[in-house]
Amino acid sequence: MKNNVYLYILVMAAVTYLIRVLPLTLIRKEIKNITIRSFLYYVPYVTLAVMTFPAILSATGSIWSGLISFAVAVLLAYYGASLFKVSVGACLTVFILELIM
Amino acid sequence: MKQNKLWFVKGLRDGIPIALGYLAVAFTLGIAARNVGLTAFQAAFMSITNVTSAGEFAALGLIASGAAYVEMAVMQLIINLRYCLMSCTLSQKLDSKLPFIHRLFVAYGVTDEIFGISASVDGKLNPFYSYGAICVAVPGWTLGTYLGVVLGNVMPDRILSAMSVALYGMFIAIIIPPSRKDKVIAGLIVISMAASSLFTYIPVLRDISAGFRIIILTVVIAGVAAILFPVKSECEPKNQEELKKTG
Repeated sequence: MKNNVYLYILVMAAVTYLIRVLPLTLIRKEIKNITIRSFLYYVPYVTLAVMTFPAILSATGSIWSGLISFAVAVLLAYYGASLFKVSVGACLTVFILELIM
Repeated sequence: MKQNKLWFVKGLRDGIPIALGYLAVAFTLGIAARNVGLTAFQAAFMSITNVTSAGEFAALGLIASGAAYVEMAVMQLIINLRYCLMSCTLSQKLDSKLPFIHRLFVAYGVTDEIFGISASVDGKLNPFYSYGAICVAVPGWTLGTYLGVVLGNVMPDRILSAMSVALYGMFIAIIIPPSRKDKVIAGLIVISMAASSLFTYIPVLRDISAGFRIIILTVVIAGVAAILFPVKSECEPKNQEELKKTG
């Protein structure tokens, strides 16, 4: 770590709070521009997908436990399990697989 | 006045499952923070001031690599841009006659989950409902982070390996349910993961830092999708409904 951790945290906090507070305080009317609305709508899906895969493959003890826990999580989420259940399901899959492998 | 108290208590109650989920996920964040070299206090301070899972998770990589402060700012802007849309929704949900200060406080608690329950209230949102949820959920998030750093190394490797996928599980739980009804989102997720794989393994492309990889892919893929598949305003309530479910 070359830089100051607290400075990093304050930069993060300031940017994140501004993102949250500016629309709430400045924009009282609905955003009309369809392209901007659409871009903002798609951002979380793309960002989280990019962050999840293939990173999950190298997060665990082996590439296989990572891959199978990924598949289990996708199936659980697809069939409507809650955020908490999907998260715990992915963890349990890795735990059990690495116990028997 | 009495109304505010009732909403606050309701918020406290609805915040409990969020806090439990946060506790588990924040624990893995704490472990990751520990691996990067953050102290328990630093990690807890980051959590209480930011309250953003994906943002904090990504920030650890940047802190470890000694990235520029500007890179950190741009990264947070891109990753947390979704809060902007959520805040836009909430700005319509709050009574315009409400004292201005409430907008400053509600903004602090705009996370996927707290937004989800706040936006799904019938009619106008009483800010004390959000405050109740914040008062339970944020301590869960902060305490979980603190414990992750403190207890991280006393946990067996097998448990750590298992818990390290909790955040990914959470991300999957956020992105998959909406893709059932929306084919565009389903396609975007597949394309995003494929592109991310290319940028991780292909020579030259893999030399781009993880931070800018996320920024570049998000801007390009979401940008092209916005032009090719503009979302009609009716989609917004659907999005809220999904967020409520994942929360």
